[in-house]
Amino acid sequence: MSEKTWTEIPIGGVIETAGNATEYETGSWRTYRPIWFADRCIHCLRCWIACPDSSIMTEDGKVTGIDYAHCKGCGICSFECPVDPKSIEMKLETDVDAE
Amino acid sequence: MARRLTLTGNDAGAEAMRQIDPDVVAAFPITPQTELMHKFAEHVADGDVKAEFVLVESEHSAMSATVGAAAAGARAMTATSANGLALMWEIVYIAASYRLPIVMPVINRALSGPINIHCDHSDTMGCRDSGWIQLYSESAQEVYDNLLQAVRIAENPDVLLPVMVTFDGFIISHTAEVLDALDDSEARKWVGEYRPKYPLLDTDNPMTFGPLDLQDYYFEHKRQQVEGMRAAPDVIRKVGREYGELSGRSYDLMERYKTDDAELVIVALGSTCGTTKAVVDELRDQGKKVGLLKIRAFRPFVEGEVVDALRTAGAVAVLDRSISFGAPGGPVHKEIRAALYGTDCRTPIVNYIYGLGGRDINTDQIRSVFEDMEKVAGGPTPEDNIRFIGLRE
Repeated sequence: MSEKTWTEIPIGGVIETAGNATEYETGSWRTYRPIWFADRCIHCLRCWIACPDSSIMTEDGKVTGIDYAHCKGCGICSFECPVDPKSIEMKLETDVDAE
Repeated sequence: MARRLTLTGNDAGAEAMRQIDPDVVAAFPITPQTELMHKFAEHVADGDVKAEFVLVESEHSAMSATVGAAAAGARAMTATSANGLALMWEIVYIAASYRLPIVMPVINRALSGPINIHCDHSDTMGCRDSGWIQLYSESAQEVYDNLLQAVRIAENPDVLLPVMVTFDGFIISHTAEVLDALDDSEARKWVGEYRPKYPLLDTDNPMTFGPLDLQDYYFEHKRQQVEGMRAAPDVIRKVGREYGELSGRSYDLMERYKTDDAELVIVALGSTCGTTKAVVDELRDQGKKVGLLKIRAFRPFVEGEVVDALRTAGAVAVLDRSISFGAPGGPVHKEIRAALYGTDCRTPIVNYIYGLGGRDINTDQIRSVFEDMEKVAGGPTPEDNIRFIGLRE
């Protein structure tokens, strides 16, 4: 998103569109990234319930992946995962990039 | 058909509010504002207004409720004084930054401490940087007229800033005066229907108020507020002229009372202007060329108007009913000096701090100010240029 001048934005800090928080890629703030192992997952959906950023993607009641554009890497999903070994592991972003 | 009434300043304010009939009024009492809302509460109880009257638990809540209502799309008002204004301070800034056209009577009272319920300008001067337009009223007539004009000024699409209409506590608020008021249908037509720019209750066009603004956009939003204030002088003048056509009483940013050929000029705000006019008239009868520059709009402060009015004077006395501690003198003095800097005007300017905590200012004292200025005229600004009048020294 390019930065706009004071004449190009609505006055008063008003945001004129609804639901445009999805355009803000808070995933860029991450330090740790959740890695999902599909073969370990029992689709209990505890991670989906607990995720504060609605970043566990699902379809037909089954987990399909992580929305990395919005996941902030808080690790709650991994913490809540009940299986052993966990189906979500947190890895440093810098390590993931290196792989 | 105009009506001639005898009302106190507070009742004049309540009368204007009755005719404006805002959608929402939030109320919390503080001396000397209390009776204004008492009178308005009577109008609510009698069914004379349709306003939703919200009794809140503090002034912080009063302004919060007013901001919420205004953001929803309502024409919203509240009123306060002194420490009440201080308590709502953070929301006062928010109201301006959200560009909500709230109109608020502020009945000038000294800020504590020690606790003092009487008149001075420390309260509204404390808010001079908040982004609100500030109109100072000289009399109950002006309270009434300013409130009606304030609605049109605030709601102007080029302005969209809240307006505080101030008047001196007890001196104006509690003393009765004869004034002329519009009839209800004229007043209702004058204020017209409010068309909010971003009503939250318009669910077909959902929007958000008060989101987080980081380093990348806060500055730009503040620049927009500057633009609203820059548009305000022309709007205040235009509304003042149009109100004059309707009522016979027109208004401007400032009032020049016999300043055109004046050798000595006093600059003042509020009820002291009335006192000063009486002295000006008396001295003029004696052949002395004196005048008063009355500042009505302190925010926006239009330097050009000041320079025009003062450039030919031999000496200027600026009366401040508040102090800016640590600055030499008071806020009005600073503004006047700044306005004349950079011009070729060499007129000496002396600041008189007066009337704090309701200390009286009378015609003898105003006369003595003009006498002082006679001695100062023609020379430079004296070294002793911050004086106190009415103080026991």
